[in-house]
Amino acid sequence: MNSFYPARRDFLQLLGGTAGAAWLTAQWPAVVSAAQHAHDAAQAKQPTSFEVLTPDQARELDAITACIIPTNETPGAREAGVVFFIDRALKTFASEDLPRYRAGLDAIQKFTADSFPGVPSFSAASAEQQQKILTELYAELDLHKGVPRRGIPSGTADFLQTLHFHTVFGFLVDPEGGGNRDFVGWKLIGRESAHSFSPPFGFYDKDYPGWQPVPGETEKK
Amino acid sequence: MSQATVTYKPSDEVDFVIIGSGAAGGVLAKELSTNGFRVVVLEQGAYLMEKDFTHDETKVFAQSLLTNKIKLHPTTFRKTPQDTAKKQQCVLYGSCVGGSSVHFTANFWRLHEIDFKEHSKVGDIPGANFADWPITYSDLEPYYTKVEWEIGVSGLAGASPFDPPRSKPYPMPPLPVKGSGVLFERATRKLGYHPFPAPMAILSQPRPGRSACTNCGFCLGFGCEVGAKSTALSTVIRMAEKTGRCEIRPNCYVHRIETDKNGRAIGAVYFDAQRNTHLQKAKAVILSANGAETPRLLLLSASNQFPAGLANSSGYVGKNLMPNSNALAFGVFDEPINDYKGFAVSRIMHDFYELDPKLGLYGGGGLDARFDFTPVTLALNGLPPGTPKWGAGFKQTLAHDFTRTLEIFCHGTSLPVESNSFSLDPDVKDAWGLPALRMTFRDHPNDLKMMEWMKDRAMEILDAAGASTKWHAPIQEQQFAVHLLGTCRMGNDPKTSVINTDHRTHDVKNLFLCDGSSLVTSGRGQPTMTIQALAYRASDRITALAKRSEISA
Repeated sequence: MNSFYPARRDFLQLLGGTAGAAWLTAQWPAVVSAAQHAHDAAQAKQPTSFEVLTPDQARELDAITACIIPTNETPGAREAGVVFFIDRALKTFASEDLPRYRAGLDAIQKFTADSFPGVPSFSAASAEQQQKILTELYAELDLHKGVPRRGIPSGTADFLQTLHFHTVFGFLVDPEGGGNRDFVGWKLIGRESAHSFSPPFGFYDKDYPGWQPVPGETEKK
Repeated sequence: MSQATVTYKPSDEVDFVIIGSGAAGGVLAKELSTNGFRVVVLEQGAYLMEKDFTHDETKVFAQSLLTNKIKLHPTTFRKTPQDTAKKQQCVLYGSCVGGSSVHFTANFWRLHEIDFKEHSKVGDIPGANFADWPITYSDLEPYYTKVEWEIGVSGLAGASPFDPPRSKPYPMPPLPVKGSGVLFERATRKLGYHPFPAPMAILSQPRPGRSACTNCGFCLGFGCEVGAKSTALSTVIRMAEKTGRCEIRPNCYVHRIETDKNGRAIGAVYFDAQRNTHLQKAKAVILSANGAETPRLLLLSASNQFPAGLANSSGYVGKNLMPNSNALAFGVFDEPINDYKGFAVSRIMHDFYELDPKLGLYGGGGLDARFDFTPVTLALNGLPPGTPKWGAGFKQTLAHDFTRTLEIFCHGTSLPVESNSFSLDPDVKDAWGLPALRMTFRDHPNDLKMMEWMKDRAMEILDAAGASTKWHAPIQEQQFAVHLLGTCRMGNDPKTSVINTDHRTHDVKNLFLCDGSSLVTSGRGQPTMTIQALAYRASDRITALAKRSEISA
């Protein structure tokens, strides 16, 4: 059982399972200002500078998140503005995660340098090297039991899990939440952005003839 | 904010103070204020309205906009009474006016006749603390009907051969079928089962001030922005406020029921948003705080006179927790289902409601076809096992599967086990310094066995439906409860129950409990309908007692 696939009561367990713990960093009193901030940021559409992240941190996060959801024939994390979403999250409701980000980015830099001597940072690594590094780190996440494997700095799995969550949110959240710019995430997965829909909704219900009782059974009352 | 037409001072001795504004508290507030009583409802959470609801998951999930704030109200978990509990989120409940009904799926099943008298039929079950209800289905039937008509439930009477008798049809037709429903209906009929349109507390036709469902797709977990979901907020709370006799007071964290030297409740003590303490005085107190917080509040109200907690002479407060058992199977289909559109569930079946005794399983369950993922939750939690966790493969599967996935959700019985419980944690405190809620839980082995069986049926249905990929979640012991049932059970014997059939506690004459904690058995899932029917019935009983001066005397 890995942390990405906990048995669920239903999807609400996401809130309370191992996965949610990394993400549930909100402080209730901060909610109102965070919400307003996210709203303003969404209105501003394309923030052009970072409020929390340093340029170096932003560059590294851009490189990592662009591996998690790559840009290929379709847009990825970069086009969705995931790093801007993360910056905003760290400024507001996920501010408690900032130390974890700082430590995690340092750890990944160290792991990169240890794995590939002479390569100063993840963003400076070749695409092939980046794939190798993330493969190692995600394997650590799958196996994560609190005891890091040799060579992988402690805390890396916690950071990667948080970053993975933030990346997915930043790519797929309703844009009101400050990510998924221009609905690029929703366009990729085929979710229309309208606020209301009418049946038929898809392929299988389009020729539904209407409810028919089973032959031989009559509706009671 | 509230459209309150009346406000009371804490020092005003109102007729009833109700703790909790959810499925049960909302109904009691509406009924008792309509019957002429002065009512204050104290709600832990905020007073949010349709305009405050959003599809933004950073607010709804990451910041628990509608639900219990675990940082402020931590919980602890252990499997058995011999273990030391560890800090872990183990319950989820609504924390806003309307309670859990604001974010729920809105599946609205009645219990069946068997649920009330199953102990008599099958006898004792080893390891279970199994009992009949002191009331029957026919006692509750008029109230089920009242719920359906007052709040608005969509459905088709007579469509299931397994339905219990009903005195009236549903007030409105079923919601439209979804792709998941069509696939489920065809597959289950092929296998000889009897699928039918799901009864849902979501409007298929508009009502004054409320829209019919617009199929926006953000339903389970979210508040409804058009009032189509028949929540306590969109229905009974508004009716209660219109009487001019009921005040809904949000952001009030009740932490003690105060009693006098005669052992009578005199009111509820709460922290307001600024953490100032108040005592709302009342002639009678009703706890509808849910199956976790109602027993916790009784235990927090221990005194010299009630050393084991209020209304706990039986020792049953907090015991016999039943969260319902469940199993999940998933299928991916070749063509787009687009099941993200609309409410969650359009077809269910009850063929397994009462299982053949030859199977050696107790209880039973219902199956539904649904899609209750958002884009974010599918990406985090709904892709097939073996999907790459990141990179191009992750992205490709996500892009393909989001519109083509459905779930078959198996809901079932939880047997009551005495040690499965809510209690006060001896070490961990909440943000106010009060003992945290502790959950002790281990599924009865029967329930896990039954879910294994149910899951196998769900996988067969996916096969019959033509799924190109199918898988299921592992059946394992639960450590997280959403249905909070049975923890202050109803009964005739004060030694083995907490409340009587009037919902009055056996020990304190002017203290009543009505919510999921009142249930004696867990049904087969989907408890909200029964909680509301009980609340309507309790309102009648309490009104009759009050009119005969049997509460304050």
